[in-house]
Amino acid sequence: MTAASDTLDPSPARAVPLKRQLRRAERRKNLLFMALILPLAVFVLASFVLPIGSLLQRSIANPEVHDNLPETLELLDDWSGEGLPDEAAFVALARELGAARGTPAIADIAKRLNREQPGLRSLVMRSARALPLAEGTPAQDGLIGIDERWRDPVIWETIKRAGSPTTGFYLLGAIDRTIADGGEIVKLPKEEAIYLDVLVRTFEMSVIVTVACLLLGFPLAYLMATLPVRHANTLMILVLLPFWTSVLVRVAAWIVILQNEGLVNKLLMWLGATDAPIRLLFNRTGVYIAMVHILLPFMVLPLYSVMKGISPVYMRAAVSLGCPPFSSFWKIYFPLTMPGIAAGSLLVFIVCMGFYITPALLGGPGDQMISYFIAFYTNQAVNWGMAAALSAVLLAATLVLYALYTRYLGGNAVNKIR
Amino acid sequence: MLQPYASPAERLWYYGLRGLVGLTLLFLVLPILVIIPLSFNADSFLMYPMTGWSLRWYEEVITSPSWQRAITNSMIVSPFATLLAMILGTLAAIGLVRANFRGKALLTAILISPMVVPVVIVAVAMYISFAPLGLTGSYTGLILAHAVLGVPFVITTVTATLQGFDFNLVRAASSLGANPVTTFFKVTLPQVAPGVISGGLFAFATSFDEVVVTLFLASPEQATLPRQMFSGIRENISPAIAAVATILILLSTLMLMTLETLRRRNERLRGVKPA
Repeated sequence: MTAASDTLDPSPARAVPLKRQLRRAERRKNLLFMALILPLAVFVLASFVLPIGSLLQRSIANPEVHDNLPETLELLDDWSGEGLPDEAAFVALARELGAARGTPAIADIAKRLNREQPGLRSLVMRSARALPLAEGTPAQDGLIGIDERWRDPVIWETIKRAGSPTTGFYLLGAIDRTIADGGEIVKLPKEEAIYLDVLVRTFEMSVIVTVACLLLGFPLAYLMATLPVRHANTLMILVLLPFWTSVLVRVAAWIVILQNEGLVNKLLMWLGATDAPIRLLFNRTGVYIAMVHILLPFMVLPLYSVMKGISPVYMRAAVSLGCPPFSSFWKIYFPLTMPGIAAGSLLVFIVCMGFYITPALLGGPGDQMISYFIAFYTNQAVNWGMAAALSAVLLAATLVLYALYTRYLGGNAVNKIR
Repeated sequence: MLQPYASPAERLWYYGLRGLVGLTLLFLVLPILVIIPLSFNADSFLMYPMTGWSLRWYEEVITSPSWQRAITNSMIVSPFATLLAMILGTLAAIGLVRANFRGKALLTAILISPMVVPVVIVAVAMYISFAPLGLTGSYTGLILAHAVLGVPFVITTVTATLQGFDFNLVRAASSLGANPVTTFFKVTLPQVAPGVISGGLFAFATSFDEVVVTLFLASPEQATLPRQMFSGIRENISPAIAAVATILILLSTLMLMTLETLRRRNERLRGVKPA
């Protein structure tokens, strides 16, 4: 770039007209500002967007057979499905199974095929153990010699089907469905069908917590909005202090309060309401209490900011026109708080659906939400396909609700900032 | 104010509302009120009634190797993560406010999304992607992860501060001969500093309280304070937990006060009269 283009020269003698110079300067500045975003964009892309993308991709990934038996699958593509595939397919399978022998790949293949058709695990393992075939034996005779089942075209059909690069198995599994032998989608048997229950439970717990937060948060926000500022600020500090306190601190405190020898049970027994301590921990009650405690500020803050903007004049006008105080509250004030109610409820609901730590520490096995199962399939029952499918379901629900939240309420999620 | 001529129904409304709100506020602060005294318990049970006063649990926290390590780890991970989030987030926020390009809204949404995506999904995704890169069980991986989670707070607070920022000041500086770097440090940064600092505080608080991503990414050597509390609550809950909790409550009170001061200063600077 020449020095001349760096400074604007309005003299008509300039070859480049001023308008173009200005536009070029604007463009350069715009590029400079875009360059400021670049480092963060790269950082978030690499350490957040790509990992989540690759996790979601695992929910439809089907690499076991596809990656380990590529040549066999290619040859099976040309096979009509009538009778047995030709010798070349047998040769390829014998070679590829032989190559996988003794590596983790063979267990992957066996497990994956067994899922399609029970019994195939033993067929694969047994065949792999007997490989490679003796020099000069035709592969077809050799494999059938190891196990008669290789004579069955259905087996080859199964390999072909299991070899597709993607599968709906995990995503269907997340809603208690599976693919039957014929390819149609069927319900899982009752003892395996747990995820719809978990989804319903997550939804139900989120609804209950949201409603409870609204019922407690509305009067609190209302009083704060109507009190003189000095008092309102004191109340606000009482709301913000727990909000800023570590979630683990609060969980520990709730254990102290709710345990069998805890304050609540002592109080109830002293009042004579109960003779034996009531179980409040490691069940749904404890989880609800702690969750409402954690999420209440998320409801109060948006409610308060909406109520703060409602002029008291409307209520006074209604009353002066003869509307009784309670109806004017109900007919005038309450409808005006609707944006706050919607924002607070959606926010609480969204955060609620992703809860993991609180139910894990305060709930029993029947109180765990979907996040728990995502963690479980990642850590304990290493089944990343299932973890990915459940993540996809949770993420989809969260993003849809969040889109509603930003679209209709125009806010961002930082209601931490007053 | 309750008028002297208020009807019984109005009195009921007035006192009923205050009673209900009082109970709600009690519910909100009860955990904090309950846990602080227990940290001074002489007994080794985390329950009332207390048998006597002692500082033994603070001594235990300060001298036990596992708590020491947790404090050190938190003091390594959170400041670095905060610094990274503050630097990248502030630059990007300035860029997002000033630049014009297609897809800006989408890019903003993506940069904010770590705040929205359920944290378990973030944890699992990072665990699976970081493991082959050797970033699990390392401070680097943990710092990167915590920085990602803190970035949205910095972006939103700095963007909000920039809304009230007069960009003519930047133009004035340039016209007086300051180069862009000098302008940034002498004009822009002092103006947006409250936003940067409160964003940083949010990022710090997020990282300092983060347990789910840490559960997945950290090995025992990198266990942070919340991670150590998590296993403490799970395995053997003792007044040591209450001692750590009290320290953390003190810290969050401090952060809340700083934030409140910043907010007031910001309002004063912008000429918003205290209502």
